[in-house]
Amino acid sequence: MISFEIPEKITNEIQMAKMVAESVMRQYSRYYDEHEHERPSEYINMMWPVMREQHRRRTEKLQQNGNGSGPKREGPDFSILRLIMMIEMLSWGDAGQYLCTPDPALGGAALEAVGTKEQKIRILGKFGQGEPKWGAMAMTEPGAGSDTSNIRTTATLDAESNEWILNGEKIFCTNGGLALDESDGFVVVWATVDASAGRSGMKSFIVEAKTPGVTVTKKEHKLGIRVSDTVAIVFDNARIPYDNILGSAEVIKRDGSTKGFKGAMATFDASRPAVAASAMGICRAALEFTRDKLAAEGIVVDYTKPKHQMTAVERDLLEMEARHKSAWLLTLRSAVLMAHGQPNRLEASMCKARAGETVTWVTQKAVELLGPMGYTREWLTEKWMRDAKINDIYEGTKQINTLIVARSILGYSRRELK
Amino acid sequence: MINFELDQEQKMLTEAIGRLAKERMRKVFRDADEDGVLPPDVVKAGWEIGVLPTSIPEAYGGFGEYSVITGALAAEAFAWGDLAATLYIMTPNLVAVPLMLAGTEAQKEAHLPLFCEEALPKVTAALTEPVIQFDPRQLKTTAVLENDSYILNGTKCFVPLAEDAETFLIYANEADQTQAFFVPRGVEGLEIGQREKLMGVRALPTYQVKLNNVRVSAVNKLGGNEGIDFGRLLNHSRVALGALAVGMAKAAFEYARDYAKERVQFGEPIAHRQSIAFMLAEMAMDIDAARLMVWEAAWQLDQGKDATQATAVMKYYVDDMVMSVCDRALQTLGGYGYIREYPVELWLRNARAFATFDGMAMV
Ligand SMILES: Cc1cc2nc3c(=O)[nH]c(=O)nc-3n(C[C@H](O)[C@H](O)[C@H](O)COP(=O)(O)OP(=O)(O)OC[C@H]3O[C@@H](n4cnc5c(N)ncnc54)[C@H](O)[C@@H]3O)c2cc1C
Ligand SMILES: Cc1cc2nc3c(=O)[nH]c(=O)nc-3n(C[C@H](O)[C@H](O)[C@H](O)COP(=O)(O)OP(=O)(O)OC[C@H]3O[C@@H](n4cnc5c(N)ncnc54)[C@H](O)[C@@H]3O)c2cc1C
Repeated sequence: MISFEIPEKITNEIQMAKMVAESVMRQYSRYYDEHEHERPSEYINMMWPVMREQHRRRTEKLQQNGNGSGPKREGPDFSILRLIMMIEMLSWGDAGQYLCTPDPALGGAALEAVGTKEQKIRILGKFGQGEPKWGAMAMTEPGAGSDTSNIRTTATLDAESNEWILNGEKIFCTNGGLALDESDGFVVVWATVDASAGRSGMKSFIVEAKTPGVTVTKKEHKLGIRVSDTVAIVFDNARIPYDNILGSAEVIKRDGSTKGFKGAMATFDASRPAVAASAMGICRAALEFTRDKLAAEGIVVDYTKPKHQMTAVERDLLEMEARHKSAWLLTLRSAVLMAHGQPNRLEASMCKARAGETVTWVTQKAVELLGPMGYTREWLTEKWMRDAKINDIYEGTKQINTLIVARSILGYSRRELK
Repeated sequence: MINFELDQEQKMLTEAIGRLAKERMRKVFRDADEDGVLPPDVVKAGWEIGVLPTSIPEAYGGFGEYSVITGALAAEAFAWGDLAATLYIMTPNLVAVPLMLAGTEAQKEAHLPLFCEEALPKVTAALTEPVIQFDPRQLKTTAVLENDSYILNGTKCFVPLAEDAETFLIYANEADQTQAFFVPRGVEGLEIGQREKLMGVRALPTYQVKLNNVRVSAVNKLGGNEGIDFGRLLNHSRVALGALAVGMAKAAFEYARDYAKERVQFGEPIAHRQSIAFMLAEMAMDIDAARLMVWEAAWQLDQGKDATQATAVMKYYVDDMVMSVCDRALQTLGGYGYIREYPVELWLRNARAFATFDGMAMV
């Protein structure tokens, strides 16, 4: 039965997120934009007790029974929808600060997707106690951006000590510094155990803070989301326990078997809608702000007026709204499919491609429509435009997600459509 | 709770329409466009699926429950087959839906049973006017109350099936409000003009209709004394048009996709090139987004919410979407897209109608 009704419980929780967004995130938005690399402690301190309590309860459940997801429930599991809406609202507050949320983040997603119960208790359990912690995920390398199958970081098994030895360099790792240097966190690192095996040789490993041989070498200076920590990490004979591999260590060379890699792809099914949701939060912020400012000047869209009787600015506003709505509904759909236990890979790429593009366009339009005021740093519009663009890039650029959509609708393999 | 899956009845209905669209409508639509005539058996088969009667309550002779979403799903499935035939089959909706939404009890009792009969009811509605700055809320056609009668004056265009219609629902401006009036065939001053020559939907017979001091009883005003909330009707029309656009865009997209996989140039299928494959991917995303927007607006209407904003935003998106999807479909076929043996140019001509056809369909 087609319905757009959001569960009331989620609506209420989102209202609470809105309070955080308004009373904390927006207040410090400009400050952290202009003080790059400072830690947004107001937001972090606000969120940590909540995150910690969530993880404490979850770990408790894990220890008591099975897989930590509790008894198998009847009907849809709306936790992904809740997450999507939460991210949207926090990013409406400030997308950069949202990225600094003290939690396992993308590292956690990888762990949840393929980790063992022991790994989850050991690593995620830390998030249920003590000081704020962060997780991160390091895939990208200087020579392997969109082409993730080209990673060169190696993991070699030292049979004697039963440890993996990591060597290589990762770049652009979000929260890598917070996870490794500034807290007792962890990074999920993708490496190859057998370069000749291509994608099936790719495995992911848990690397914990303070592991010798792991160095954060560079903090990037960025166009936007300046408060978010983006770092390069060098692995120089870094040794990690054998049990820190995620999924099976076995390499199957037969054509088509790319299990390790598929683990990475599975996390994208959830993380792409999450990035899309963050994009949509910024998009809504810019849309609402622009609409309010123009309304104060007496420029209001009359939805009953035919298009041909609208002014150019009214049409622009309507188009901003239409594009926002179209991308948001695609995002909701990818989450709702997941909630109902249905495959969503195609839909996840669709919403990510569209959300990144849409927020880029809408925020640029917002700056334009607000004229000289849009361009000043007094208002947040110009910051939103700078923040927005990252959503067109990470978790698969717009082109890469379009490629995935294209292959899917054409029934093509990677070979047929490069 | 939030869910984007069709229920069992909707699945059966859309599958039945899908079969008809594929096996009957698609077999004739190209010739019908050339000749300007739809085979009557196809129209009959479309009407007999019974979408409208299933949405009319039992009390008025129907056997169902009114649902905008179901209507939108049906419209999409039909339009995939052919837009002209769909508008033909859905012409009775132009009267039945306003009746259900705004008719007085007496009007419903008098007219609704007609829509539950076996044959396609001979009714039509007239909203659009032959002017450049057309605004359905500021009609040039006027209605003036004189004693117990309304006097109607003006010119209408795009009136489908007018030549055979026994009853017309005429929209007119009464004191700056758009109101609607039942006008029976043969009343003095009602003149049905020549069949119109349109760019697209050429298989749908449409006519200009002139009203020269047409006099009808005041009880013929839809909704009685109070009249109608025209904005609400327009919202229903926009959902219908949105759904039709999605269905036709899907047809064009699928045709182009299949063609691109077959057509070999430079030694491989053109779909192996990103410039073609990405265009197709964008089309697929446009269509999916548009459909969700149509559904959301339809759902709001079913919930009894004011969907003015949602339908306006949706229509803005969809009018553009259908045009650009059909254009890119044609582009995918290269020179063949331009040739009338292939269906894509027909879809492109039809697509442009959506920016113009406010009020031409109803669910
Ligand atoms: C702020 C920030 C945070 C990030 N966080 C993380 C993180 O936490 N973890 C992580 O692993 N990575 C992270 N990344 C990396 C990000 O995922 C990559 O930048 C992204 O995947 C693109 O890779 P690239 O920069 O090497 O660009 P390239 O792959 O070199 O792409 C350059 C251009 O070519 C296009 N292109 C590439 N291949 C194709 C193709 N086959 N067809 C068509 N076009 C193509 C791309 O779309 C792009 O426009 C982050 C990046 C940034 C900027
Ligand atoms: C009305 C009309 C008049 C014409 N007059 C003449 C004439 O007088 N003389 C004459 O010789 N021809 C004429 N043509 C033919 C015209 O030049 C061709 O139709 C045109 O070159 C495209 O070729 P095609 O139709 O085979 O399309 P295709 O080559 O099959 O192309 C189909 C689609 O694939 C795309 N495509 C093809 N290859 C690639 C690639 N490598 N990379 C990316 N995209 C690709 C194309 O851009 C197009 O979108 C005429 C065509 C028409 C419709």
